[in-house]
Amino acid sequence: MKSLEELKRIKEQTLKEMDLRQAKERGKVIVAMGTCGIAAGAKDALMAIIEELEKADIHDVKVVQSGCMGLCDKEPTVEVAMKDQPAVIYGDVNDANARRIVREHVQGGNVVADLVIKRENI
Amino acid sequence: MIRNQLLVCAGGACITSGEKSVKDVLVDELKKNGIEDEVQVIETGCMGACDLGPIVVVYPEGTFYQKVTVENAGLIVNEHLVKGRTVSELLYSEPTSEKKAQTSGDIPFYTRQVKRVLRNCGVIDPLSIEEYIARDGYFALGKALEMTPDDIIGVVLDSGLRGRGGAGFPTGLKWKATRAAQGSPKYVVCNGDEGDPGAFMDRSVLEGDPHSIIEAMAIAGYAIGAEQGYMYVRAEYPLAIERFEYAIGKAREYGFLGRNILGTSFSFDIEIRIGAGAFVCGEETALLRSIEGKRGTPSIKPPFPAQSGLWNKPTLINNVETYANIPQIITNGAEWFRSVGTAKSPGTKVFALAGMVQNTGLVEVPMGTTLRELVFDIGGGIPGGKKFKAAQTGGPSGGVITPDYLDMPIDYDTLKEIGTIMGSGGLIVLDETSCMVDVAKFYLGFTVDESCGKCTPCREGTRQMFHMMEQICDGKGKDGDIEKLTKLGKCIIDTSLCGLGQTAPNPVLSTIRFYEDEYRAHIYDKKCPAHVCKHLLTYSVTADKCVGCTACARQCSVHAITGEVKKVHVIDQSKCIKCGSCYEICRFGAIRKE
Amino acid sequence: METRMLNLKINGRDYQVPEGTTILKAARDYAKIDVPTLCYLEGISEEGACAICVVEVKGARNLQRACVVKVNEGMEVWTNTARVREARKLNVELLLANHPKDCFTCERSQNCDLRELASELGVREVEFPRTSTEWLPIDNTSLSLVRDPNKCVLCRRCVNVCAKVQSVYAIDIMGRGSNSTVSTFLDEGLGNVECVNCGQCLLVCPTGAITERSEIPDVWKALGDPDKVVVVETAPAVRVAIGEEFGMPDGTQATGKMTAALRGLGFDKVFDTDFSADLTIMEEGFELIGRIKNGGTLPLITSCSPGWVKFVETFFPKVLDHVSTCKSPQQMFGTVTKTYWAEKMGIDPRKIVVVSVMPCTAKKFEKERPEMKTAFHYWQEKMGLKDEEAFKDVDCVLTTREAAKMIREAGIDFANLPDEDFDKPLGESSGAGVIFGATGGVMEAALRTAYEVLTKKSLAKLDFEDVRGLEGIKSADIDIDGTILKVAVANGLGNARVLMEQVQKGESPYHFIEIMCCPGGCLGGGGQPISKNPDIKKRRAEAIYREDAGKPIRKSHENPEITTIYKDFLGEPNSEKAHHLLHTEYCDRSCK
Repeated sequence: MKSLEELKRIKEQTLKEMDLRQAKERGKVIVAMGTCGIAAGAKDALMAIIEELEKADIHDVKVVQSGCMGLCDKEPTVEVAMKDQPAVIYGDVNDANARRIVREHVQGGNVVADLVIKRENI
Repeated sequence: MIRNQLLVCAGGACITSGEKSVKDVLVDELKKNGIEDEVQVIETGCMGACDLGPIVVVYPEGTFYQKVTVENAGLIVNEHLVKGRTVSELLYSEPTSEKKAQTSGDIPFYTRQVKRVLRNCGVIDPLSIEEYIARDGYFALGKALEMTPDDIIGVVLDSGLRGRGGAGFPTGLKWKATRAAQGSPKYVVCNGDEGDPGAFMDRSVLEGDPHSIIEAMAIAGYAIGAEQGYMYVRAEYPLAIERFEYAIGKAREYGFLGRNILGTSFSFDIEIRIGAGAFVCGEETALLRSIEGKRGTPSIKPPFPAQSGLWNKPTLINNVETYANIPQIITNGAEWFRSVGTAKSPGTKVFALAGMVQNTGLVEVPMGTTLRELVFDIGGGIPGGKKFKAAQTGGPSGGVITPDYLDMPIDYDTLKEIGTIMGSGGLIVLDETSCMVDVAKFYLGFTVDESCGKCTPCREGTRQMFHMMEQICDGKGKDGDIEKLTKLGKCIIDTSLCGLGQTAPNPVLSTIRFYEDEYRAHIYDKKCPAHVCKHLLTYSVTADKCVGCTACARQCSVHAITGEVKKVHVIDQSKCIKCGSCYEICRFGAIRKE
Repeated sequence: METRMLNLKINGRDYQVPEGTTILKAARDYAKIDVPTLCYLEGISEEGACAICVVEVKGARNLQRACVVKVNEGMEVWTNTARVREARKLNVELLLANHPKDCFTCERSQNCDLRELASELGVREVEFPRTSTEWLPIDNTSLSLVRDPNKCVLCRRCVNVCAKVQSVYAIDIMGRGSNSTVSTFLDEGLGNVECVNCGQCLLVCPTGAITERSEIPDVWKALGDPDKVVVVETAPAVRVAIGEEFGMPDGTQATGKMTAALRGLGFDKVFDTDFSADLTIMEEGFELIGRIKNGGTLPLITSCSPGWVKFVETFFPKVLDHVSTCKSPQQMFGTVTKTYWAEKMGIDPRKIVVVSVMPCTAKKFEKERPEMKTAFHYWQEKMGLKDEEAFKDVDCVLTTREAAKMIREAGIDFANLPDEDFDKPLGESSGAGVIFGATGGVMEAALRTAYEVLTKKSLAKLDFEDVRGLEGIKSADIDIDGTILKVAVANGLGNARVLMEQVQKGESPYHFIEIMCCPGGCLGGGGQPISKNPDIKKRRAEAIYREDAGKPIRKSHENPEITTIYKDFLGEPNSEKAHHLLHTEYCDRSCK
């Protein structure tokens, strides 16, 4: 270690690894991981979301799991709850859809209309 | 790709209560479910709430699981991580409202705290220097090395930081004096000989955030002109020693210790010295003798260590918690530090909350927090609906705070005014079932054992006081004992060589000051109002409650209870040894204890 | 650099003292107020342990220890307030609470600092009970010293003397709190550790916690046995100190009264160790001359002091060949008495009891060394003695204090006795023998003889001033007819260690070194009267040199009885017979 620059680099690098533990200000993505959800591929969706967020360098959105949301026929289901916006629940979230949701909704700020199964009332 | 991190508290208390195997179960279960690559298990330092341990926190949700056992740890994996279902039986519930807390943010024990000293404990992996760096670690050292030593000392002076080891001496003044002292080489010493019964904040920092101390010691070395530091830790803290040693190795590897730190001409290194756990070695002159390999006995000050310390060279000696504040003061400035706390005692203080209180463990609060907030808001009040009687601070060197002072802001000076001290931050809550004479006797017994034996008043005086306290608790107290205790106590304070002796009578003098009635009851009425002192108890049978079941008579090992079946029983006081077994066994509440 | 003077007030009066002065010194030397102390020993034990010397200092929260706290400019001190008096008294009471109350029968009943302190401070009752439940075992392992930890007040004077003055480190504090005791390594007892038996600890002990192993009963028994011929020898340093025990002024030459008193006790012969000191000079002087002439091991180091001998055996075993093989005067005396004198008088050596009066506790150890049975070996063949009939060369050793005790017990009015002379022939001595009692004396005595033997000339001036005095290490270049003899003298083992480290490294520039175990030499020995006079060693030394100056014969080789013993019995100095009887060997006592 010879300089502060080097120190900063380690900081940035490690912060990414510690990302899960940071307070996420902008919102969260909730993946329903009930038996039905898992059976329908919720795990794939979960991992795809995490990977896509990472790719897009998004660190202020939390990915959490929940149990069954009660919409079993639409599994896997994913809820996107961004701060100051009504929450949106998407259904049939396969790998590709999951990535779209991250890119378009979380990153782009546009709800992926064709996948929406429920919107929170404003 | 990691989707979840499990933070498992690996503080001393949690390891004692089974953390090692909980972690093993978690790892096994993850493997069974094939998700070991997606979920990372990280050991952290102490999270503070020790009576809730072992603690597991699941991120990113922040779900706070408490009292996790080998048996139920699997649920966290199989329910939470596999099925996304919170394991509600492992959540903390408010004792009063029964409301379940999802995250530590929902637990008042945590929300009322201001974490500065403990900011990384329970948050980072103490074995990872990278995680420390990610939390701005070693940036303060980098900043310090671009400042002049005098500027650094100026910041420490301006911050108003006072020694967290007990006496509250202004830290900046120590730094200034050591820098100004003639003599070379100079040394930086960290006092990690935490000895007050019940206090463990220093251990917690060393176990949970060792790099913060290394960084602070290096800054201190640069500021006072020292190239060698010594970390003095007691042998009873093996985990702290292990982690600190590992951290030193990492710091050397990264170039934060060693020659030419961060490309400057400043060189500094640290060695660990392990003490044998004598309480007196927390006294700085005794500690320095111990580092030198000599018997740890105190010597007269002056000369102060700043002038003549380790091997008679100028030596800066601060306590762990004091050092833990330094990097943040350098990074954020003196103003930031003063933004919490009181004018004369800025910053935060870590208390080890224990005794008759719902939540026990380490709590960090701004100086000036009231006892009421500590005991009732953070501590959750007294269990079993009992009444708060007093809080003992400063361990064996301190005294009691009575209910009258519940709303007094706590800092170094206010505590001193009412006859106790901050000490290292032990805070024992006592309820109505505590006998103040007995409590004082306990602490005095500790100093009698821990006196180094060098000076007459401490060696001989404390044992005479202890003898008197024993007599009083045994019902052999005599008229004049209170006056004699007071006179002797004052003489011990007045003539003892070091801080140990000069404070040893405090628990007795403080309890005499506020609870003289209880002493009088013991001495003159031969009664212990709190029913604690065995020899002052009388067990008798309440005639109208006794059904003559004979249970007590059968239980009594000395055959002091007689009585026929279905007739009222009688206790022969001359035979009774006051063991209390009749009181325990009686199902009708017919045995009276008074 | 000029010392800065500081202003201070003691009890409201102004004084000026040099910077660096302690409150204690300021009070004692300037204000003439005796602040009481117990643990303090100037320059040696300044720990502030006992808390008796406390005084009030303006602005200080607590009472301050006068012995260690230095005066600051403008300091205001009160030595006699109610708070101070109360605290001192209470601390003495605390010490007394667990102290044995056997003052009537205590060895130190007449000169106990603790008892004096209690009396001076007006302690009339001890309001605290004894809290210790048991008595600690007495350390009886040493042949010289007995330690009773129950009487110890933990002042640490003994620890500091042993470490700082003698550099022996045989004792230190063990345990903590009220379980602290002064003890030896692993509690093994003084007899089983590196203790050299010098007794300096005893001299500084304020109470009766350290005493000599008394041989008074053995001596009374011998004196009462009509079949025994009981002979006493007295070391040179005894005569200049024993008077103190009887209220005579410090530095009194009490040789004649001592001789008379010992005769009064019933000794059959009162002889003088000074005789064998002269004999030592002949043997050691010739050993030195021999080593110089024959290229032997140099420097040669004296061997009179048994504490020193055990020290060198323990700490410097690799250089034992530097130590003279001569026995000490005490042991030479025992051997000569039981061989030469027994033969001359026709007395069965088994009937002779040799008692020595010594300023020394280490002599009690020395006489028990297994090799110190030379007279027995001399007679074994001649008389057909069995091994189990072995007898020691010296039977009993009394310290100066013990001898005084016996004299008191016998009701002898020592101070008013008429002077008497020693008995012949072993009572004849030179001034050279007398000065053995002071540091530098052996050196001076040896130089007087060596010079005259080597040069065959008479010395114009007998006094070698360079090697006199109480300084720790002295050295001198002595011109012996053009040849320079480099000599050094050390007293106190801490000083000896300095010279020995040079010797061990092969860097010693000297030809001849005198080492005495005790500070000041034998006159400061652990068997001497316990004195509070800081100048006591000086007074005793002056008396010794006066004694020397008053002697008609002042050179060992001129002692006529020495000439006779060589002519009639030993032959030449360092002859085979002399070697056999008067020389000894050493052993490695280091811990391996």
